[in-house]
Amino acid sequence: AAWKGGLRFQVSAALKEGRVTPTELCQRCLSLIKSTKFLNAYITVAEETALKQAEESEKRYRRGQPLGVLDGIPIAVKDNFNTAGIETTCASNMLKGYVSPYNATVVQKLLDQGAVLLGKTNLDEFAMGSGSTDGVFGPVRNPWSYSRQYKEKSVPKSHSEDKDANWVITGGSSGGSAAAVSSFTCFAALGSDTGGSTRNPAAHCGVVGLKPTYGLISRHGLIPLVNSMDVPGILTRCVDDAAVVLGSLAGHDPKDSTTIQDNFNPFELPNLTDISKFSIGIPKEYHAPGLSSEILALWSKAADLFKNAGAKVNEVSLPHTRYSIVCYHVLCTAEVASNMARFDGLEYGHRSDMNKSTESMYAATRREGFNDVVRGRILSGNYFLLKQNYENYFIKAQKVRRLIANDFVKVFRSGVDILLTPTTLSDAVPYMEFIKEDNRTRSTQDDILTQAANMAGLPAINVPTALSERGLPVGLQFIGRSFQEKQLLTVAKWFEKQIKFPMIQLEEVKRHDHGVFQHQKSASFS
Amino acid sequence: MAAAARGFGGVWCWVWQRGGGWCPAPAPRRQRAVSCNARGGAVLAGKSGLAPWVPVVGLEIHAQISSNSKLFSGSQVQFAAPPNSLVSFFDASLPGTLPVLNRRCVEAAVMTGLALNCSINKKSLFDRKHYFYADLPFPGQTILLMKFPFTEGKLRVDANVSVHHPGEPYGVRTEVKNINSIRFLAKAVDYEIQRQIEELENGGTILNETRAFDSKLGCTVPMRDKEGKQDYRFMPEPNLPPLILYDAKSLPANMNHQQVVNIDWIHERLPDLPSVKRAKLVEQYGILPEHSFTLLNEDGLTEFFENVVKQTQMKPKKVIGWILNDLLSYLKQHSLTVKESPVSPFLLADLLNLLEKKEISSTAAKQVLAELWKGEGKAPLEIVKEKELELIQDQKELEQICQAVIDGQENEVMAIKAGNQKVLNKLIGLVQRETQGRSNPVLVKQLLEKKLSE
Repeated sequence: AAWKGGLRFQVSAALKEGRVTPTELCQRCLSLIKSTKFLNAYITVAEETALKQAEESEKRYRRGQPLGVLDGIPIAVKDNFNTAGIETTCASNMLKGYVSPYNATVVQKLLDQGAVLLGKTNLDEFAMGSGSTDGVFGPVRNPWSYSRQYKEKSVPKSHSEDKDANWVITGGSSGGSAAAVSSFTCFAALGSDTGGSTRNPAAHCGVVGLKPTYGLISRHGLIPLVNSMDVPGILTRCVDDAAVVLGSLAGHDPKDSTTIQDNFNPFELPNLTDISKFSIGIPKEYHAPGLSSEILALWSKAADLFKNAGAKVNEVSLPHTRYSIVCYHVLCTAEVASNMARFDGLEYGHRSDMNKSTESMYAATRREGFNDVVRGRILSGNYFLLKQNYENYFIKAQKVRRLIANDFVKVFRSGVDILLTPTTLSDAVPYMEFIKEDNRTRSTQDDILTQAANMAGLPAINVPTALSERGLPVGLQFIGRSFQEKQLLTVAKWFEKQIKFPMIQLEEVKRHDHGVFQHQKSASFS
Repeated sequence: MAAAARGFGGVWCWVWQRGGGWCPAPAPRRQRAVSCNARGGAVLAGKSGLAPWVPVVGLEIHAQISSNSKLFSGSQVQFAAPPNSLVSFFDASLPGTLPVLNRRCVEAAVMTGLALNCSINKKSLFDRKHYFYADLPFPGQTILLMKFPFTEGKLRVDANVSVHHPGEPYGVRTEVKNINSIRFLAKAVDYEIQRQIEELENGGTILNETRAFDSKLGCTVPMRDKEGKQDYRFMPEPNLPPLILYDAKSLPANMNHQQVVNIDWIHERLPDLPSVKRAKLVEQYGILPEHSFTLLNEDGLTEFFENVVKQTQMKPKKVIGWILNDLLSYLKQHSLTVKESPVSPFLLADLLNLLEKKEISSTAAKQVLAELWKGEGKAPLEIVKEKELELIQDQKELEQICQAVIDGQENEVMAIKAGNQKVLNKLIGLVQRETQGRSNPVLVKQLLEKKLSE
């Protein structure tokens, strides 16, 4: 179905026309992964299986029977999705060495379309964090740290300083996936989004990050953080590509009872020229404390862009926005405490050598297997779920959640189609600065603009917009109505076209550029 | 499944009658309380001089749904399968797996609720309960506290017992667990009632606790009180949306009926419930209510009975005796099911017809039946001829025998003529012996009486 004429996928076209083969593509990506190893974007590179998949794809192309647009396209998957036969660690000691016997539904769907799975990407442990710095395999480095654009703008403090020390974070928790897409080692990657974990790193790495409506894409096989807010996220280099991947993933899954039953029809994104029919809302509460003046200016410029093109642009209010973070902390930690209970060392994963009693084995296993961040959230969550606290914390937070969701309902009902907000408070900070604050503090700060969409289950997308003064990407966020991804992506695509975000200039990528990426303005498979 | 949807599957009330008998009194529809008002329920005498006691008993019935697969995972269910052989990814709590509600279980639960005349909750919510227990399928959490009993018995009962004085509020209740049969249920409840009365009459108090029934000692003992010490940190199960059941009225017009469970649709497909079936049998065949219980409780017995009735002129009221006394006791003695009976409805009907036509006596019929059990395929008439069991039809012959007996029993004859009618039975017995059981006792009696009155 994805082979409809209107979709423009240049790499796909190249594959179809035989200008490049799947194995060539795969080999180049694998080679680039090796050259960019210092980014630490990948935990596991599945070289053998990827090449096999590429070969199979090649056979299909030769027969003239590719499975679809994604056939032969190299992709990466965040390491909290189950992949059969390939280690799934969640960047935690608890699951080091764990090889799942089954594929997550979204992984299976991609493989069924012929996508080539290059490997599993790095993240914050169990997806808890906003920097991709707190996993057991170490932090992920933002590829833009090594871009010409950043290097030109950054002034080394002293000559003796290691020029490497200035590298910036990717944001998180899907930092590995964002870095992988940003550095051209794959054409699309899966992330997850519970409080902004796909959109945040997308903004910092200058890629498109889509959070779909809750219930649109199956969570079966996604190791859960907050069951009522998690969604699989999609990271690509342009909006059209995100639409293609969405089309191959969305739809009811009997294995996930929270997916909607209605049929989902993959769509083509129109090339919108006339934006005047749309009403854009600018929520004033998103002018949050700490928002950099740069981003504020960019946000304003974007609003003007829409206005000048004839769209209705109005300020709106989402009054309960400021409660979203604290509400999220209660609900998130409560679900974390519950979800993490299954890790006891008995069936799978790490098991401590402590064997004095079952309880002591559990305790030691969990202390050894989980990092401080995870343990902290479990403790908090258990506290909130105690009988004496349940009413005041958990129930209260659920009620506030309802208020937050209703804020959006009211605004959309008043005629607004899409909300336009910043995605992050600033561009990516250097790692050395980032780690000065603890994970909880950082999460609180960094999730503030993205979290509410998870509370309300709404679709949202980061579109890379411009480079900051430091030469680093800054993105803007669009939030849409439930299950109106087509409308959301149509507007996002229009915006993307107007701004022409620059391509990253990475030495390593240039070296591998043998024509595949050459003639593409935005280097994507569109 | 008792906990799955609040309000169906299970609270019954049994009223304790003086002398120790139980009679079932189904709790009225809406009531979820442990007790019900005793209808003619007995009151126990306390120690002399002290006020009498009223015991209140509520039964929590856990009935395991018979299904091919488990409630939340796709795994098969099979009694006594080797450990860990029927474990799906979800059962093993592999990370990333999600519970999926088994539709067949929901339908079966609805059927059960309807059959027990309960009100069905249209909306059910699923909660998670957290505790660490080494042999649970999901370490650390259960959905709805799934307990799978170790005995094959598909039914498990917990009894809640309290006592109070008439007119006063209900007493503190205890919960008695570990009851594995109806017999033990009665013992456990009896014991607990007595224990509570004694405790209270001696000035003690009853703790709201869980006790276990010790079947060897016939008493209840306190269990370690887990409920008090542990906080289960209940929270809504986020992976299972509320279960909404519809009926014909509430079903939205454009809803895909494959996606929903429709209570009315299930109701229409319910087979006749036992109480209805029993009433029909009693009405149709004029049998006693207790007969209908037995007929229904034995697999295939009702069909057998009805088949015999169809094929014989004997009245159902008489046939039932042969079914329940002769056929059933034989089957039980030999541990056979009705299906395995060597005597078919046809054969039995055939036999009963001979009896009905007075070609044989009832004693003779029993003899023929004993032969039929051998399953040699002989027809009743064949056996009758072989064993010469036919009733003597020749009146003259009978008269002669009667006369001979009368002639030989002078004393008895005198006693009868003097007014002692009971002695007549002896004469009848002598005629029977003389005819080797081949005389119709009613006819013999008539003939003797006639002769004696001459």
